[in-house]
Amino acid sequence: MAERIAIVGVGQTIHKSRRPDVTTAELCAEAVEAALADAQMTMKDIDHVVLGSFEVADGYFNPDKWIIPEIGAVGKAGFEIQNVGTTGGVTAAASFNLAATGMFDAVLCLAWQKMDEAAGAFSRGGGGANEYWMGQFPMSPITNFARRAYSYIDRSGCTEEHIAMVRVKQDQCAMKNPCAQLRLGLTIEKVMNDVLLAWPIRRLHMCPTTAGAAAVIVCPEARAKKVTDKPVWVEDWFTCHQGGALTMAEDPTASTLRYACDVVYKRCGITNPLKEIQAWEVYEPASPAELRWMEEVGICDDYTAWKLFEQGKVGIDKEIPFNPSGGVTATNPIGCTPVVRLVEAALQVRGDAGEHQIPGKIERALATGYGGQGENVIMMLRKTA
Amino acid sequence: MSHHLPEISDEPVIAEVIAHTNFLVSTGATGTRFLKEIRDNKKIMGLKCPGCSKVHVPPRLHCPTCFVKMTEWVELSGKGSLTSYTVVRYQEPYMPKEPPYAYGVIQMDGADTGLAHFLGEVDLDKIKIGMRLEPVFKEEREGSILDIDYFKPSS
Repeated sequence: MAERIAIVGVGQTIHKSRRPDVTTAELCAEAVEAALADAQMTMKDIDHVVLGSFEVADGYFNPDKWIIPEIGAVGKAGFEIQNVGTTGGVTAAASFNLAATGMFDAVLCLAWQKMDEAAGAFSRGGGGANEYWMGQFPMSPITNFARRAYSYIDRSGCTEEHIAMVRVKQDQCAMKNPCAQLRLGLTIEKVMNDVLLAWPIRRLHMCPTTAGAAAVIVCPEARAKKVTDKPVWVEDWFTCHQGGALTMAEDPTASTLRYACDVVYKRCGITNPLKEIQAWEVYEPASPAELRWMEEVGICDDYTAWKLFEQGKVGIDKEIPFNPSGGVTATNPIGCTPVVRLVEAALQVRGDAGEHQIPGKIERALATGYGGQGENVIMMLRKTA
Repeated sequence: MSHHLPEISDEPVIAEVIAHTNFLVSTGATGTRFLKEIRDNKKIMGLKCPGCSKVHVPPRLHCPTCFVKMTEWVELSGKGSLTSYTVVRYQEPYMPKEPPYAYGVIQMDGADTGLAHFLGEVDLDKIKIGMRLEPVFKEEREGSILDIDYFKPSS
């Protein structure tokens, strides 16, 4: 029987495009220090570490060799895992699994990406379910999301202007988040006139490359209650693979998000997601993806999310508080990004998000990780045990 | 249990997928200071932990044992002892030197950690663990650990 588990501490760095002032390992230490301080713990209290990095986006291989000493974790149980953009998500899921065994008192989940050191490597990859059939083109996140966004426009009847509305909403949220990287003060006009990469994707529509790290400390119930009076319960989590874009011929706009959410909603007894989940931190690597993701998580019917933006219903203090942190188009230390979603969702549940706190009680928050061309990790957080 | 390999009548096609990129590795404020002292002053500096007093060369920001920030810089003489070494006699792409050459781990006097570097001005058959070494700096230095050309036997 699995133990009930809770997040007892969260930490993240300020996210920036470049951090030449720190090594990758020192960047990680910043997030670990923040999470330990938040939990009022020291490294001595941690008995398992799980590290996550999308290695090719860093340029280091086996970076755990370097990072473990820098975070004072020599000799502790631990391992490093990677799974492209969902890396932080599977890092969190592995941490949850470990804490739920009851074998460990406190599991540290740490993910990072220092993309100022290897952005070129990442631009090539990303889309290939198969290194040969797809790796040659190159199917990058930019071209893949352009292809998918074009199909979305084709099917939904939305216009490029609606996608610009999404980007402006994301920026308005990021402007209230001091950790966000891009805080630009955007207008629809600015977005519409931005550099075109691959229609309808303009530069501002794509997630940036980011140097950042984030950490979360997870404990089984008994320990969690001793550590904090504000535990954030991890109600459920689920990881789901798709296998890249080749399998998406039927619906190029879709990912596994709907399937993965359905699994978790069913297990949590959620029948009306918009009513029962009060905060959303959903990994949207490009502005138009946010539209489809809102449909896939069950907020609205297929191909209608753009209407919610047209009606001005999406925002921190609006009917649909989707990605109050500003999301991934504002900040994307890629392999770390799902842990940023988790940190932000936990802060929302605690009521500690500051200026971008969603008003009212947050009983449930949904955080996700996204990667490749369809993999998803679902993390459902709750206020009450 | 039987194993079946796929049947293929022709020579299998092996696709060449080119994936080449360069990485720019930040050395951080701590690494930058260490490298600049070597470049500008031919000095080897270490960082001392306020908790356990161990001196780290090359420096790192946090003590691995105490997980506290280290801020006390210590200047070392550069002289040290060889703690382990090997002589490389084979060639591979991306090797830094033509074989044969030796590299080892040197523990500086006053340091508690080891620094990896090449050994030079030494008969490869006469290297001994524990031998005394000192750094030889390059004339043209650019802020790299290779601004130290190698370590040579010290009198």
